[in-house]
Amino acid sequence: MPVYKGETLKMILIYAAAILIVTWILAPLGLIFLSAFAVPSEYYDIRKPIPTKFTLENVNTLLFILGAWRSTLNSLFVAILTILISFALGLPAGYSLARFMFKGRDTFKLLIIGLRMFPIIVLAVPLITIYLQIGLADTLIGVALAHTAMSLPFVVLITSSIFAGIPVDYEEAGMVFGLSRMEAFLRVTLPLALPGLAAASIFVFIMSWNEVFIASVLVLINRTLPADILISALNAPDPLKFAAGFVMVLPAMIFVFIARKYLIQVWGITIR
Amino acid sequence: MIVFVGYPIIETVRLAFTHPTTGEPTFYNFQRLFEDAYFWSALKYTFLLAGIVIPLQVAFALGVSLLLLKKFKGSGAVLYIFLIPLTISDVAAALIWYNILTRNGYLNRILISLGILDNPIYFFGYQYRNMELIALVITEVWRATAIVFVIIFAGLQMVGKEYLEAADVFGASQFEKFRYIILPMLKPSLQTALLIRTLFAMQVFAVVWILAGRDIPVLAGETYYWQVELKNTNVAAAYALIIALISVTLGFLYIKFLKPQYLER
Repeated sequence: MPVYKGETLKMILIYAAAILIVTWILAPLGLIFLSAFAVPSEYYDIRKPIPTKFTLENVNTLLFILGAWRSTLNSLFVAILTILISFALGLPAGYSLARFMFKGRDTFKLLIIGLRMFPIIVLAVPLITIYLQIGLADTLIGVALAHTAMSLPFVVLITSSIFAGIPVDYEEAGMVFGLSRMEAFLRVTLPLALPGLAAASIFVFIMSWNEVFIASVLVLINRTLPADILISALNAPDPLKFAAGFVMVLPAMIFVFIARKYLIQVWGITIR
Repeated sequence: MIVFVGYPIIETVRLAFTHPTTGEPTFYNFQRLFEDAYFWSALKYTFLLAGIVIPLQVAFALGVSLLLLKKFKGSGAVLYIFLIPLTISDVAAALIWYNILTRNGYLNRILISLGILDNPIYFFGYQYRNMELIALVITEVWRATAIVFVIIFAGLQMVGKEYLEAADVFGASQFEKFRYIILPMLKPSLQTALLIRTLFAMQVFAVVWILAGRDIPVLAGETYYWQVELKNTNVAAAYALIIALISVTLGFLYIKFLKPQYLER
């Protein structure tokens, strides 16, 4: 294809725009990485445009002196528990939505889509009094349950879409050869669905890992990472804030990088 | 789900109409709230922020979608990079932009060392509230345009190539194609994007709380303040109820007047 002058100009404009977009997203991320490891004295010198000396001190202080390591573990605990409960409840629902025609199926689906839109922070306040009555006040399990309420509609929608993408013929073939329905699910459908389910669980992980309002209202002492940072960030010196930003961003980005192929698909499902 | 969501809603209503000290049913919490200048301010700023941020996000997401629709070398990478903020929490996003905009942040340091500025620009602090608002808008656009983009980009891919080719045959200009073909076919996606973003905007919290504190009050921030700092669950419940009512009303209005496609399918 011959390249015309107008075409070249157009390509230059497209690439200029693309570079601008990439910079807009990546530069702030790069700068927080830089600041997290910069020597504080350089930060306070306003004539120094970018840091030149680096240290692990900021991250170290944040994690092991200010206790963010402990809240990181709390966050991990809450996220994993959220994944377990929301899959235990949501996977069967997603499977039956994909496989069976039952009365009220459409109503059920509409209800789930509606719930997904529900402002979940509203739940945090009443949950405090409810948890006081049932002994879950100030516990991470309580936070995980609230996060389950938040992620369950997504889990149902995502898993049902994954199962719908696996032909029912495979299961039926398995059953013809003498598998029970449960066995057919476990040995035929589940292995096929596994990559998608893994991506879905990463999606839930990120939701829980990033959620701050419910977590900071429900637990006051032994907090999750974002809730902890929300309180301590306001009082900490700036270099520690940057270290906090870095610590929060890193795990989610690693996970997304691993599962990037599937995640775009999963996000596609959640917003349809 | 009924247990998870239904019962807490009933409990919210009960709490919101219960007197904090006597425990009797009352409108006291709402009276107190309506007399509080922070409530009206929070209402104003929540809607103001949504009103500024959402149009910017939609325009930006639309622009990036149209760009990425032209397949060029590296467009896949741009798409992936543009989605990164989806994984970043509002707390982290606030800190990321604080890092750039604060007094000793990169913006001031670079501009001063280049000799463009003599004195730093201040974005934070009560006396710079308008600048704080700008910082919030930048952070929200950076953080949450991706979700609008995902919806619009998916919608754009469904616009059939045949229509655009037919338009080419009849000599339509780029603008005419956009105005009369792409935009009408994109309407359902735009509506979904608007609905989701508006509902999220009513819950905006951590970005505001970290960057502006109560200088710029928002509804979710006030809920947090009453609950965690003042330990008054009843007024906090009244706030929660108001956020829920606004969300439900907005959702209802969207569905009634715009009829998003996903409910028709």
